Order: sequence, then C-alpha cells, then structure tokens
Amino acid sequence: MAFDLAFIWAGIIAFAILIYVVLDGFDLGIGILFPVVKAEQDKDVMINSVAPVWDGNETWLVLGGGGLFAAFPLAYAVVMPALYMPIILMLLALIFRGVAFEYRWRTTRWKGVWDIAFAGGSTGAALMQGITLGALVQGIEITGRAYSGGWWDWLTPFSILTGVAVVTGYALLGATWLVMKTSDDLQDQMRRYSLYLAVALLGFILIVSLLTPFLDPVYFQRWFNLPGSILSGVVPALVALAAWHLFSGLKNHAHQAKPFLSALSLFVLCFVGIGISFYPHIVPPSLTIWQAAAPDASLEFTLVGTVILMPLILGYSAYAYWVFRGKVDPKEGYH
Amino acid sequence: MLDGFSAELLARFQFAFTISFHIIFPAFSIGLASYLTVLNGLWLWTKDETYLTLFNYWVKIFALAFGMGVVSGIVMSYQFGTNWSVFADKTGPVLGPLLAYEVLSAFFLEAGFLGIMLFGRERVGPKLHMFATAMVAVGTLMSATWILSANSWMHTPAGYSINAAGQFVPEDWWKIIFNPSFPYRLVHMVLAAFLTTAFVVAGVAGWHLLKDQTNTAVRRMFSMAMWMAALVAPLQIFVGDMHGLNTLEYQPAKIMAMEGHYESHPNGAPLILFGIPNAKEKRIDYAIQIPKASSLILKHSLNAPLAGLDTIPDDEEPPVAIIFWSFRIMIALGFAMLGVGVWSLWRRWRGTLYQDRWLHRISIAMGPSGFMAVLAGWVTTEVGRQPFTIYGLLRTNDSLAPVDAPAVAASLTAFIVVYFFVFGAGTFYILRLMSKAPGAAPPDLKDGPTRTAGITPALQIKPDILPGRN
Repeated sequence: MAFDLAFIWAGIIAFAILIYVVLDGFDLGIGILFPVVKAEQDKDVMINSVAPVWDGNETWLVLGGGGLFAAFPLAYAVVMPALYMPIILMLLALIFRGVAFEYRWRTTRWKGVWDIAFAGGSTGAALMQGITLGALVQGIEITGRAYSGGWWDWLTPFSILTGVAVVTGYALLGATWLVMKTSDDLQDQMRRYSLYLAVALLGFILIVSLLTPFLDPVYFQRWFNLPGSILSGVVPALVALAAWHLFSGLKNHAHQAKPFLSALSLFVLCFVGIGISFYPHIVPPSLTIWQAAAPDASLEFTLVGTVILMPLILGYSAYAYWVFRGKVDPKEGYH
Repeated sequence: MLDGFSAELLARFQFAFTISFHIIFPAFSIGLASYLTVLNGLWLWTKDETYLTLFNYWVKIFALAFGMGVVSGIVMSYQFGTNWSVFADKTGPVLGPLLAYEVLSAFFLEAGFLGIMLFGRERVGPKLHMFATAMVAVGTLMSATWILSANSWMHTPAGYSINAAGQFVPEDWWKIIFNPSFPYRLVHMVLAAFLTTAFVVAGVAGWHLLKDQTNTAVRRMFSMAMWMAALVAPLQIFVGDMHGLNTLEYQPAKIMAMEGHYESHPNGAPLILFGIPNAKEKRIDYAIQIPKASSLILKHSLNAPLAGLDTIPDDEEPPVAIIFWSFRIMIALGFAMLGVGVWSLWRRWRGTLYQDRWLHRISIAMGPSGFMAVLAGWVTTEVGRQPFTIYGLLRTNDSLAPVDAPAVAASLTAFIVVYFFVFGAGTFYILRLMSKAPGAAPPDLKDGPTRTAGITPALQIKPDILPGRN
C-alpha cells in the first residue's frame, strides 16, 4: 500500500462511481417503480421529482468512464471489451429512459410508449449495471494487455443475482426518495413498497456477501485475515445499524427523509465492502491499481483540475438540489 | 445482413454511425444555448416581451435536442473502450485527461444548470436564471474546446513520447492541448454550430413568414438569423481556408484527396471543380478544372508546385472518392449560406426582408444545411485521417479491441434500430414544436415542466413570484 497518485486516483474514481450509484440509483429506481403506479398524476409527480437533476446525476457515469480512461486506461481497455454486451445494453437502455423525460410531454397518443421506455430503460440499465458488477467480482481474464475471454463470459448465475440485487436496491432508493419528495397516497404507497424492497435487498446483500468470499480464495483472505477481519466485523454491524434506522424511519410516519438517508448509507456500506474485496486490484483477479495506472504526468495534470473543479461541481450540484427542495407540487408546471 | 464484414470494418462503421448521429445534436445545441442566452439577456435588458416569447419557444426545442445529445454522448464515452480498446490503452494517458477535463469543466456545468434554466425561473428569480442560462452556454463551448483539442491531437499529435508498453505518454501538456490544428478546428466548428443554429432558426422563421408576415416574434428571429448568416458565413469561409492551409502543412495527403490530385503538379496545380474519382486508374474522370487555381489558393502562387497522391505510399492513402465528394458538398453549402446572407442584406437594405417570399422559401430549404455541412466537413477530416487513428503513428487496424465480428454486428444493428426509432421520434417532436408559430397557443397537450414561465410573462400573471419568496 502506498499513498501515491495511483492510489489517490483509485479513490477519486471510486468516489465518482459511488456518487453515480446513489444519485442515478434513485432516479433509475423511480423508473423501476413506474409500472406499479397507476394514476397519471402520480406518474407525473414521480418524473418531476427528478426531472431537474437526472441529467447531472448521469454525468457522474460519464465521469466514471472518462476518469477511468484518463487515470487507468489499461483497466478501461480491458473491462469494456470483457463486458461488451452488458455495457452496450446499458447504454441503449439509458437512451430510452433519458429521452422519455422530454418525449412524454410532447405527445398524448404515445405518452404510454415513452412511459414504457422510461420504465424498461431504467430497469434494463439497473440490471446491466448489477450484472457488470457481478462479472467484475467474478474476475476478468487477461492475457498481455488485453481481455482474452469470450463475449458471453459475463453471463453467470452470480452476475444475474447481482443484477437483480441492484435493481432491488435502486428501487428501494427510488421508493424512499419518493417518501421524502411526495405526500398523501403516493407517499403511503411508497412507504409500503420500501418495506418489502428493504427486506428483499437485505436478503440479497446477505447472499452476495456469503457467496463472494468463496468465489476466489483471495477475497476470503482479504475478509478473514488482518486487517480485513476487523472490517469484516465492522461493516456488517454497520449494515445492521443502517437497516434498523431504515425500518424505524419507515414505520414512523413522521420521518420523511430518514428512510432515504438510511438506504443511501446501506449503499455506501455495500460499496465499502466491494472495495475491501477488490483492493489492491482494479480489475480482479490480476490487474492492480498500479499496473493499470496512467503515467504520473497524466495523473498529475488531471488531479490539478479535479481538485479545483470537483468542489465546485459538488457545490453547484448541491445548489440545484436545494433549489428544487421540498415536496413536489403536483400543480407546478402545468398551468 | 452484416455477414462477411470484418470486426474492424463493422467497428468503424459503428463509430461513424454513432458519432455522426451524436454530432447533429451538439452542433445544434452549442449554437442554440448561446442564442437562448442572448434572447434571455435581451429580454431582461430591454423588457421587450418578444424576446421572452422567443426564449420560451426555443427552450423547449433546446431541451429535446439537448436530451438527445446527452444520451447519444454517453455512448461515445464508452465506445472507445468497447470497440477500440487498444487505442484506448495506448492513447488514454494523453486523450483521457482531455476528456476528463471536458466532463469536469463542461458536462457538469451544463447538466448542473440545465435544470435551473428549464424549470427554475420562478424559483431562483431572473438574475440567477440568467446566470444558469449563461452557464449552460459556457458549458457547451467548453465542451467543444476540450473535445476538439482531443480530436485535433489525433490529427496533429504533439508534446508526447512513447513508452515501453507502446503508450503515448504526455511530455508537454501545453503542446498537447494547443496542438497545431486545434485553434483552426475549434473556430471552424464553433462557427459551424452558430451557422447551423442560425439556418434552423431562419428555416422555422421562413416557414411562418410565408403564412403570416405580421408575427413580431417570427420577424425578430428571422432578422437575427439573417444577420448571423450575413456576418458569420463569410467569416467561416475565411476560417475554413486557413484550416485548409494548416491541413496542407500537417496532413498533405488529406488535401491531395480533397483536391483530387492523384498526380503531382510541378508547375501549378489545377482546381478541380467537378469530376468522378477513379480509384483504379488513379485519376479524376470528366474533370472540370481551372488551371493553376489550386496552387493559387493553397500556395498563393500560380506556378507553385503541388505534390499529389503519387508521392504517398498506397497503404497510407486515404479513400479519395469519399473525401473528394464530402469536401465539395461542404464547400457548396458554405457558399449557398453566404449567398443567402448577401441576399438578406440586399433585402434588408431595400426594406423587404419580411416580404420576399423567395428568400423565405430558400431559408426553409436551407434549414438543414448546417447539419449537412457539419457532417460533410467531419467526414472530410476524419476519413482524411485514414488509415490512421493517430495520424502517422497508430493505424486504425492496430487500434481495434479484441471483439468478435458477430458481437460488433449485433451491437451495430441494435444502435441503428434504436437510433432511428428514438431520434426519429425526437426529430418529429421537434418539427411539430417548430410547426407552431411562437406566441401561438400550444396544441391541446398537458404541458411539461419546461413551460413553468408560460407564454405570458410570469410576473404579469403571478406578481408574487419575485425572487426571495422561497
């Protein structure tokens, strides 16, 4: 372990992906929940709760791709061909759900079509992201500086499991977001769904956590030898704490934001868990952060701009959320 | 359908297809974001409601075009890896940081302020809304700057060395960013975006002027668009010429293909206006040409020698026919734009700008001319870089990812089907918005959140929405 440029950049990329997962997680989650909501006005409220911010949320995905290309070009060059199908399918799914935000206001006859595009695209993108994660955890076959597996290697029972887990998790984020942003019937409905989704997600977390150490002996060692074994006690304990907060927030109807914040912290903890499994690899099982890193001249140059621009980005993104804070007013936007 | 093609050819076609679709939207939204900033600024400055009407009219179209640009753009940031991973590995240390800066300084700026620009006028008040609108425009221009720097580096690489793993390693960032072709390409593209938007606006205005010459908003936008055409078209031709001279210096083979010069001309090269490139015989059939004019344009001397493709090894020659034609399409459209601009000046001077029905008809026909010229120009410069991805250093067939042809064929088919469906629908919605005159009542649609400000100035119908209420 060394605190150098490659290490810092691994941290920045991890941070960008985490921010992406929690932000786009809840707006993809709203798409996943779209089919279970029947009333037209409720659907409009759901879309409007994320319409001003979804584009900014998705930009973190572009930063994930662009940042990986800049800081770890070899990892980017290995992962993309290995996960060719899920990545392309995710991109196509994101196209459908992205355009639906505008299209559904521009037509009455085809509004239903774009609602399906929104729901299907959101669910498909979430599923593919989960499958991508599972395939990465399982490991990518590398020869020389290139991927050397086939183009269906990503499809395994484990990757499908993580795919469904991520869909469930995003749906939970979306449902708790709506508990925070809406009122009356829609809020009650989402509070109910959040409960089911939370139970399902905790189940998935348990299964994936139990399976992962047995996928590769290296993961087992990282979790059950020092210093990892300290964390293998701490992280599950914190997951339990977050789950307890989530359930208490959902039960007590006075709590508006607590379920969402608890669900967010569940995601952060899962992300930390994945980090423990991976480190020091960026592409398991054989490519480390240092092997994949770009030359220092590239990392330094990009770091200067990141240090200046990242706080600004976080600042004005937070401001955009602040501007559109509070419950969504069903009347707003249609006079 | 796609059997028998190599993975390389399919991957090239996929990149060409996805990036051609993508560039249409930024080419429009770069210009439109600046136009909206100007309209909003003029509304706040003059309190002339015509500008607000125009802002509210074009902002809806902008939202659609921008959304399509975003989703087709995300594809681009991953396609370097999926289909061109060897290129990504080798160029990542140089191009990656440029793209990362584009994301950090441009994409976030656009996305962060877009919501406020579209939905936030009532929530943040006019001043901050103006600021947000300007930031979106600045973001589009920053984005163009970084991506054109990266693209230009692929044409005229500078400031690098090559390490043991075969990667390009940055030595001098100043030389990388400001590589020799970057300033020309940047100015040429930004002007192209402004012209594209101007001709779309002129086309829409022409359409409505044919039906009603009294609509103030329509007259205003027609006048603004015609000023842009008259001022920017000649400037663009001048900048394009300078860009060409720069290309002659750094990528002479591309100029040879553009000009159709298969042979060297030691005593002044002719300007071939038209002809049919004959790749087999390496000559231009049925050429209509002006003797020595090419030397005059490129070397500013009638008898200056110009080398031809006979001086370039066959395996380093770009495909001549595509470049020869795309270049001529771009040039013809550029001069047609200049013609419209000059015509409008004449009519403006005579005071019949809003009455000349033929000018309005031509404007409609020229509505898509900017998109066509942009595509033709990009085809010229990108096909002209072949057979290299990094000019002279990395060949296209050495850049490919280890992907199987069926995988590329499947994804290419999916992209074609999805893009035509999704962006076809979007184009239809944009055209439908354009078919309504600004200020007219909207169709009986329940309206989306972009319309928060309404057609009537918000302050008139709801005086309590002044800033500070939140």
